[in-house]
Amino acid sequence: MNPAAAQKINIFIPRPNEAPPLDTAGPIGWIRQNLFNGKGNSLLTILALLFLLKTVPALLSWALFKATWVSGAACDATREGACWAFVVEKFRILMVGIYPSPHLWRPAVSFGLLATVVILTLFRLVSARTLAFLWFSLPLPLFWIINGGMGLAHVDQSLWGGLMLSMGLAVVGILFSLPLGILLALGRRSRMASVKALSIGIIELIRGVPLITILFMASVMLPLFLPKGVNINNLLRVQIGVILFSSAYIAEVIRGGLQAIPPGQMEAAVSTGLTHWQATRLVVLPQALRHVIPSIIGRCVALFKDTSLVIIVGLLDFLGMIKASTQDPEWLGYEAEAYVFCALVYWIICFSISRYGRSIEKNNAW
Amino acid sequence: MNQDIVIDITDLNKWYGHFHVLKHINLKVQKGERIVICGPSGSGKSTLIRCINRLEEHQQGSIVVEGTELTTNLKNINDIRKNVGMVFQGFNLFPHLTILENLTLAPTWVRQLPEEKAKKMAMEFLARVHIDSQAHKFPGQLSGGQQQRAAIARALCMNPRIMLFDEPTSALDPEMIKEVLDVMTELAEEGMTMICVTHEMGFARTVADRVIFMDAGEIIEEAPPEDFFTHPTFDRTQLFLNQIRTQSI
Ligand SMILES: Nc1ncnc2c1ncn2[C@@H]1O[C@H](COP(=O)(O)OP(=O)(O)OP(=O)(O)O)[C@@H](O)[C@H]1O
Ligand SMILES: [Mg+2]
Repeated sequence: MNPAAAQKINIFIPRPNEAPPLDTAGPIGWIRQNLFNGKGNSLLTILALLFLLKTVPALLSWALFKATWVSGAACDATREGACWAFVVEKFRILMVGIYPSPHLWRPAVSFGLLATVVILTLFRLVSARTLAFLWFSLPLPLFWIINGGMGLAHVDQSLWGGLMLSMGLAVVGILFSLPLGILLALGRRSRMASVKALSIGIIELIRGVPLITILFMASVMLPLFLPKGVNINNLLRVQIGVILFSSAYIAEVIRGGLQAIPPGQMEAAVSTGLTHWQATRLVVLPQALRHVIPSIIGRCVALFKDTSLVIIVGLLDFLGMIKASTQDPEWLGYEAEAYVFCALVYWIICFSISRYGRSIEKNNAW
Repeated sequence: MNQDIVIDITDLNKWYGHFHVLKHINLKVQKGERIVICGPSGSGKSTLIRCINRLEEHQQGSIVVEGTELTTNLKNINDIRKNVGMVFQGFNLFPHLTILENLTLAPTWVRQLPEEKAKKMAMEFLARVHIDSQAHKFPGQLSGGQQQRAAIARALCMNPRIMLFDEPTSALDPEMIKEVLDVMTELAEEGMTMICVTHEMGFARTVADRVIFMDAGEIIEEAPPEDFFTHPTFDRTQLFLNQIRTQSI
């Protein structure tokens, strides 16, 4: 090689990395860029800070620092703070209603079972198939434990209540409305006009009516349609109403998922000899469901909150028990504590479910 | 001679609403014959081959596949589909299943093959299209050429006697086209009856027994490749061939 030509080659040495200027990176940079970028935003930030300064300390002082936690008698003297002793006192009735004391272990065991399945779900400890199996086989043993029969003493359903009832209505509601919703969604896309019309009719009828109305109808009108001698109790009627209501919405969610699957999937499946039904079940539906899991979890949250409406047909769910406990003549004047506790419990449960939905959304890649 | 005709299309007509998409199509395909269909976009090529396995319904005329006529009888349709494989332009692999599961799905559900047997057979077909190392990946993790070869293997797993290809290479990058065409050529050499919609004229020249040119829903020209490419009898065919040649240069 020619040495003169070799000398002309410059060697590139990358510069060392320098730290970014302080006012654009790190926490100070973040605050500048997000809270004080421009006059309007700065003003809003300051207003928000003032508002928080006014409310948060007062709230904390009421809820925590000046609150009474134990004995009931001490509450009346210190009315500046919250009286959580009220919640402690009423805790049992809020959780399980007037479920008889000697059998309290039964709701506890049920809750343990539910919590186990929830933990398996949250931490993805078992396969999706096993999870589905666990969830769908859950209601039966839970019903047996709570209701009794087959060796266990019977506990009448009029004694069920509180958070237990809310959760039961919601869990059973979702689990049953999922297959029903799938059927309705498939029916709505069916090539058979009668099936299609029927599905559309059911979905639109239910979606066009408020849940309260459906609950009233289930509780008051359903008995009129039933043949003489058939007697279903109020709780079951309400549960059916909740399932119907939920399945109409789930059907629409699933229909959205089905529409997102390109027609080529169905064509490829039937071209290999699968029947239309097999192709739907093995190829189209699994993909559609995977797309809509986050929305279905959203429906779970909505349904759990909606079950609080059963109070109007005389069932005392969590909210119902909260309301009832504030009427106790020995414990008058604790509405604030009761409803704050109620909101907190609802919020913790719903927020956790939402976060779980978000985490699934992120991991939803094939 | 007549017994060897596996696809017999007589005076086939199809409409989309008022749009006459297939006009008086007559086509007889013999066992082991390789047919290439070409023609401008919108001429009805896809529609024609999709009628053969009833992905599209026709309104007039008859299609008889291996002695069974395609009517509204669902069982007949299904029996024909079991023996007629199809490969699509967009691969249409099932994204929620691994490549191996894509291949074993139909054999286990339609042919009721035990899972182990189906897997073994699927692996053999994957080896034949040279992607057995990808068996446990999902379709989204494969290149386009690999996906299309997996799709061919998926169709082959049902041991079809006829294969339909609808522009199998037109969604692929140039360097991947060859690997797919090679697989198809091997298949042709083994004596598979094939109908292939494609604009790969090199493939048509070397593999096809007959080239069919369609335009505006009609079969205009039908000839062995040498005749078709050297002296087409219609001006329309000539024009199309010129266009194809200028594109590929
Ligand atoms: N579902 C449909 N409804 C109405 N018209 C359709 C439908 N499918 C196809 N067509 C029309 O039928 C004609 C033929 O379509 P086809 O897909 O068979 O063409 P092609 O020859 O395969 O074209 P390309 O080379 O673009 O794939 C086109 O004009 C198209 O617009
Ligand atoms: Mg086409």
